[in-house]
Amino acid sequence: MTLGPYAAFIVTSYVSVAAVVAALILWVIMDYRRQRARLRGLEAAGAIRRSGRSAADVQ
Amino acid sequence: MTLIDLANPSRFLTLAGRILPWLVAVTALVLAIGLYQSAIAPDDYQQGATVKIMFIHVPNAWLSMFVWGVMSVAALGTLVWRHPLADVAAKTAAPIGAAFTFLALLTGSLWGRPMWGTYWEWDARLTSVLILFLMYLGLMALWRAVEDPSRAARAAAVLTLVGSVNIPIIKFSVDWWNTLHQPASVVRMGGSTLDRAFLIPLLVMAIGFTLLFLTLHIAAMRNEILRRRVRTLQMLQASKSAA
Repeated sequence: MTLGPYAAFIVTSYVSVAAVVAALILWVIMDYRRQRARLRGLEAAGAIRRSGRSAADVQ
Repeated sequence: MTLIDLANPSRFLTLAGRILPWLVAVTALVLAIGLYQSAIAPDDYQQGATVKIMFIHVPNAWLSMFVWGVMSVAALGTLVWRHPLADVAAKTAAPIGAAFTFLALLTGSLWGRPMWGTYWEWDARLTSVLILFLMYLGLMALWRAVEDPSRAARAAAVLTLVGSVNIPIIKFSVDWWNTLHQPASVVRMGGSTLDRAFLIPLLVMAIGFTLLFLTLHIAAMRNEILRRRVRTLQMLQASKSAA
């Protein structure tokens, strides 16, 4: 596969898309872990839902 | 399971936990196939290898409008049906839509420089997509600025519905005005004008990116539901301490 005289534009496009998509994936994963940790912390401190079920249990 | 069952956040969380691993796998597979087909696609007789930028530019451009469409439906859910997950869906779609719109602008610009001789031109299509990007940022700022989630939800829903006027303007800008951007070549009356060698990788990539949005959106909605549980528990704890 040869990309010709405009290879830099093509490679920059694909790398930019990969970087932004990777950032989105990382944001979703880190946010999930952060919210689970906060819920566990609150439950450990004695905070419980009105239903009595665990707030951190999402399964 | 009916649609009304999904109105329950706990049921949504259970369903999300079950389908997300499968969605991740299917998304990765479709994107891998699309990237392979994009890599082996022939050069265009006019554009040369820069046609490969189209395989990522077009799906991002399509998603920039599709995500706003999803948010508009969710806005109706907030204002008309007061669906418990409607605001969660709209709020979490906004940053993902903003990212896709940014990528559509960036890759379009990187394609424009070698093909048009300029990174940017203030023509109808490019300008209307830039306005869409700014509207995404404005909505995200609104959700952050209003502390009460239900007030923020209603204000954001109204702004989303008003902003949806921009979607047909973007779509038909190339027909209504004399623009530098080429007219529609995939979704148009009379069928696609693209050769199969370009159309198939483009459609596979479009499906892959749509699945990527779906996966990220469901995962982000799950996070937002957990964030709201955190807020509720903190408020319950604060009211207990005060009492």
